[in-house]
Amino acid sequence: MSEAIQVHPEYNYKVVRQFAVMTVVWGIIGMAVGVLIAAQLYWPALNFDTPWLTFSRLRPLHTNAVIFAFGGCALFATSFYVVQRTSNVRLFSDKLASFTFWGWQLVIVLAAITLPMGLTSTKEYGELEWPIDILITIVWLAYIINFFGTMIIRKVSHIYVANWFFGAFMLTVAVLHIANSMAVPVSLTKSYSVYAGAVDAMIQWWYGHNAVGFFLTAGFLGMMYYFVPKQAGRPVYSYRLSVVHFWALISLYIWAGPHHLHYTALPDWTQSLGMVMSIILFVPSWGGMINGIMTLSGAWHKLRTDPILRFLVVSLSFYGMSTFEGPMMAIKTVNALSHYTDWTIGHVHSGALGWVAMVSIGSIYHLIPVLFNKERMHSIYLINVHFWLATIGTVLYIVAMWMSGVLQGLMWRAINADGTLTYSFVESLEASKPFYLVRFIGGALFLVGMLLMAYNVYKTIRNENEDVVEPTAQPA
Amino acid sequence: MSSFWSIWISVITLGSILGCYLLLRWCLQNHTGIKEGDDMHHEFDGIVELNNQLPRWWTILFYICIVWGLVYLVLYPGLGNYKGLWNWQSSNQTIKSLAESRAAVEANKTNGVINQYDREVEFANELFAPIFDNYYKQPITELVKDAEALKIGQRLFSQNCSQCHGSDARGQRGFPNLTDDDWLYGGTPEKITETLINGRQALMPAQLDAMGEKGIQELVAYVLSLSDRPDLDQAQVDAGQARFAICAACHGQDGKGNQQLGAPNLTDQTWLYGGTNKAITETLTYGRNGVMPSFKDTLGEKKIHLVGAYVYSLSQKN
Repeated sequence: MSEAIQVHPEYNYKVVRQFAVMTVVWGIIGMAVGVLIAAQLYWPALNFDTPWLTFSRLRPLHTNAVIFAFGGCALFATSFYVVQRTSNVRLFSDKLASFTFWGWQLVIVLAAITLPMGLTSTKEYGELEWPIDILITIVWLAYIINFFGTMIIRKVSHIYVANWFFGAFMLTVAVLHIANSMAVPVSLTKSYSVYAGAVDAMIQWWYGHNAVGFFLTAGFLGMMYYFVPKQAGRPVYSYRLSVVHFWALISLYIWAGPHHLHYTALPDWTQSLGMVMSIILFVPSWGGMINGIMTLSGAWHKLRTDPILRFLVVSLSFYGMSTFEGPMMAIKTVNALSHYTDWTIGHVHSGALGWVAMVSIGSIYHLIPVLFNKERMHSIYLINVHFWLATIGTVLYIVAMWMSGVLQGLMWRAINADGTLTYSFVESLEASKPFYLVRFIGGALFLVGMLLMAYNVYKTIRNENEDVVEPTAQPA
Repeated sequence: MSSFWSIWISVITLGSILGCYLLLRWCLQNHTGIKEGDDMHHEFDGIVELNNQLPRWWTILFYICIVWGLVYLVLYPGLGNYKGLWNWQSSNQTIKSLAESRAAVEANKTNGVINQYDREVEFANELFAPIFDNYYKQPITELVKDAEALKIGQRLFSQNCSQCHGSDARGQRGFPNLTDDDWLYGGTPEKITETLINGRQALMPAQLDAMGEKGIQELVAYVLSLSDRPDLDQAQVDAGQARFAICAACHGQDGKGNQQLGAPNLTDQTWLYGGTNKAITETLTYGRNGVMPSFKDTLGEKKIHLVGAYVYSLSQKN
């Protein structure tokens, strides 16, 4: 605490407030679409024979909305907040910040219109057509300039570890987005990828896996490195662990894409490299989890009273679990069973719900009172209810998908004494059906939690501080 | 790939892994100038960081994974053109045809390559071939009495044929029902296996240019009259009959079709592409190109023998 600086410059909280509130709004919308398509898998009639309500069109809307609208807004909010607070300086440019906010909202609205219309470049997690891709690039560059500009004019000597992760995330996502979106337009709403065949598939998964690695991991680790020590009121466990796991994580993640293409036309050497790097990646991933969880040493008792901290700690546990599961699934032998099954969906959601959503929710609960100058959230009790809904929802979701996925994998490979397949595809689908109901229930619970959050955020923003009841609760 | 790219890949791969190792070694030593366990003397918005040593179990895990990765890259392909000590490959990845595939499979038997796909196929063939050899010796008319043979035929059918003909073999629009004893190319065991082995390519030519829209309407009326459809305009039927000569070349004077050509019988109630006025108009206007693929190379004649028995059995029950 030697060089503690107590002078608070006038931070730009406006853009943080905007993104924080939109995180909740887009979270609800993106997850609601997810719950709808989960219901459609159990009750297919729910597409009402309407083209834009079919699973095929709403699925990319769901993924784009939760990753880029919900996750994106959470990252913008927290990175703009953290870079100011830890650099002790106001944002480099308010105009660029405002442009980033409105530009990103425009991207989201355009996505919500074009994807249900069936306009798609067909690249998973990069479905948006070329005019929107260009808009994303411009908004992203404004974001990068603003973030790095703020770091350059910072008033502290070092760069805090959270900002390393935020910086790596936004630079890499820029490279990934531009390379993957390269296409030849044939009309305003249609384009064709400039890559062909196995190269196109490799570029797609190089992008796709690093959307996970940099957007959904590095960015959220940045979030974790600020909000966990802040909420726990404890020092970060190990600076040296931060250094080694940061550099190892970002240098290894970029290789991992080929594990999505095991046993395909991708050359064997590429598959091997993807698998080897994925497995080594397990260790630096756990470095982040260890650093987060060990930061809590001496503050474990706070978990009893602080549901925000509970969100953050459980998110780290899910992060540790999915970063063990991921490398394991990248092993070819395991992948031969898990690939194309619901296991993959379960794995993604243990990361997306358990890690990304929970760490975002915890951080937003921490942020809202600060941003709106309140003592604390309107109801700590409701945060606690939200915590349990989210945890139970996530567990139901991923356990259902594990069981369904392993069952599918085993049924697809089962053969009779004559070498013919034992089961037809539709039989495996029938076997999965009960798990689709459980998955729907898990997702719905998670969504209900988000609705409680929206109510709680609304009341916090609108309420005067004296309205706050529950005197036993711990302020953030 | 050229040796430049091969070296490039090897250097950045090994460089990344080596970099991780050196980084780990470096961070295990205290280069910070601050006593281990102390805070780092910098503070960000109230957050301080401790200078703690890396957890020992985690460090060991890192070493294990690095060593494992290197061992894997020595044994398996990964570093550019290097094939790995075991000479393992997943499949014959560069082949572009079945002929090339067969040549590659043969070559792999002598060149010391461990080809996973070849080995699995060979293993499966050795295990299952005797079963199919045995059934191949019996005629289909005998196999239809063998419940186990039909079961195998049914499984092969559901994996290879049901995509078009349906899991109950009742077909769908454009794909014939195989259970109704109504045959386009003949329903004897020989004809069925012939269809499976060689495939079929049906061609109903488009008539719009030759007949015009009016002519097509007249033909539709006549075709409908062949299966005694009510409420037809007799004048149109007569005009259509006059035009039918060109159709008779394949479908026969009486419209009862010709199994030599795969021309359907137009006098019954079985319609491959639909029997409504609209569907028949479409068929005549634009023509049809039905394709039954050949299964000679994918299934082989011995398995086709069992599929044939199963398909034959479907129309023998009644």
